Amino acid sequence: MKEIGARTGRFPLAKGWPGPTRFGKRRKKLMNRAMPTLLFLCAAVSILTMIGIIFTLFSESWAFFQKIPLREFFGSLKWNPLMEPKSFGIWPLVSGTLLITAIACLVAIPAGLAAAIYLSEYAPRALRQVIKPALEVLAGVPTIVYGYFALTFVTPLLRRVIPDLPVFNALSAGIAVGIMIIPMVSSLSEDAMRAVPKALRDASFALGATRLETALKVVLPAALSGIAAAFVLAFSRAIGETMIVTVAAGATPKLTANPLESIQTMTAYIVQVSLGDVSHGSVEYGSIFAVGLTLFVITLILNVAALKIARRFREEY
Amino acid sequence: MDLVRQEDRRRLMRRRRINFALHMAFAASTSVCALILAVLLIDTLIDGLKFLRPELIANYPSRRPEASGMKSAIVGTLLMLFIMAPLAFVLGVGAAIWLEEYAKKNRLTRLIELNIRTLAGVPSIVYGILGLTIFVRGLMLERSLIAGALTMTLLVLPVIIVSSREALKAVPRSRREASYALGADRWQTVSRVVLPSALPGILTGVILAMSRAIGETAPLVMIGALTYIAFLPDSLMSSFTVIPIQIFNWVSRPQVSFHELAAAGIIVLLAMLLLMNFSAILLRNNYQKMI
Repeated sequence: MKEIGARTGRFPLAKGWPGPTRFGKRRKKLMNRAMPTLLFLCAAVSILTMIGIIFTLFSESWAFFQKIPLREFFGSLKWNPLMEPKSFGIWPLVSGTLLITAIACLVAIPAGLAAAIYLSEYAPRALRQVIKPALEVLAGVPTIVYGYFALTFVTPLLRRVIPDLPVFNALSAGIAVGIMIIPMVSSLSEDAMRAVPKALRDASFALGATRLETALKVVLPAALSGIAAAFVLAFSRAIGETMIVTVAAGATPKLTANPLESIQTMTAYIVQVSLGDVSHGSVEYGSIFAVGLTLFVITLILNVAALKIARRFREEY
Repeated sequence: MDLVRQEDRRRLMRRRRINFALHMAFAASTSVCALILAVLLIDTLIDGLKFLRPELIANYPSRRPEASGMKSAIVGTLLMLFIMAPLAFVLGVGAAIWLEEYAKKNRLTRLIELNIRTLAGVPSIVYGILGLTIFVRGLMLERSLIAGALTMTLLVLPVIIVSSREALKAVPRSRREASYALGADRWQTVSRVVLPSALPGILTGVILAMSRAIGETAPLVMIGALTYIAFLPDSLMSSFTVIPIQIFNWVSRPQVSFHELAAAGIIVLLAMLLLMNFSAILLRNNYQKMI
């Protein structure tokens, strides 16, 4: 308490009570009336942001769908908005996004989960205190750096194994996205596993189980909801990732499941259009909102699902 | 009898062996993750060392890699930080104080809480689309510094609100009660007791959020931060570029020299982030004892 008074210099006891002045009283009244409203307005900014996002995406997409029927958007299998003959079928972009996300999850989920199990169940405390911050540094690296890494390190490395791999390909970008989301998977999963009470582990050890058996058959099931939520969040993060795929995955929307080809994701398409000179009000300009809306809806569903999973399937210990 | 015991022993040995093998596998997997971080840093450092020279900071971007620098990008990032930080701090901390100290537990509060969590998961490029429509076109700010700063403010707000709430929650109840017992009212308690106690934690969160913001590229590409700019922004309305966008521009070119230039830019960016993270950790360690 004394420290606070000394630090702010405003704590009355530190200097002797000057007694309430008339000005002080008025100010006090004003502050108590005005502050809650002002603070509420700050909190309301978040609501306004959400309304802004939804309004923007829907209104501009509405204009887009006046020109391009929904039937084409969801029915056509070609996405070719910038050159004649134009075609607006969302599926190539969705498949590109899912391809990247699938590769990323194949990299991140085993690696992240293994790291989480190791850190929470095996690692000595000193080691954990070194590795956990290191993994968190990995999470703080800007995505453009991973893009650079994918293009100048992962791709050349892969080309040594697969000589006819194009410079821009889904595999390299997917691996980089996977590396980017590893810390998210491992950190959130580890938090969930460490929240499992020690008594459960002790009981398992007392029955003669090894560490592995305890980890896989006791701790993992008990922490399942948190781990599942971590997976879903990482999945959603991979879908929304932009710079890595823009730099390393190419710009050729293609309906393919072959990771060795150049593809385009929804996010990369939005960047591509906004980098070019597209006039406001044109169909191309409208298309970024339609794609953005698709992206927003997918990630929103995943994020809400993650919240629900984490809350509903919580094991009561 | 003896046969059974032998069978048991063999099974036990097998279980132990599997445990050991997977222990090693988990440890290997964890070290590979740490190794990737090391490779990433070392690879970039080796690539970029050649261009890590005074011209990188002193020169404007150029068509020739030897003469290229990122002066305008560095200044742009710093200006953006100075505009965004106070805005995000006031709005974020304000919202956190309202949620923690004033809000009643009703549907509106729950809605705002859910909303903030959802916003934290919205892809950053969607914020770019929002900024493009609302700030660049709606408020006619054009592709200006202020439009970029406002967009980034909205992007970091959820992160700041969440971390500030954690810091406010960590202030012990007894402090608030002591303040009320001295006759202080709610605002006096919040502004003179709770806030000073929580400030180090809040600042740590704000710095970390800022360090995330200066690495963001996608939203600023959306609102049209230019990739080639050979002057310093002189007002809130002037066009601008930032470090990650400059890096993006260099990475997108086919020439190897530009890639090396990009690596040098990445080193500068990472050094800035490291400095910010380090100060956040210092702040946390120094003031943690106070609460």
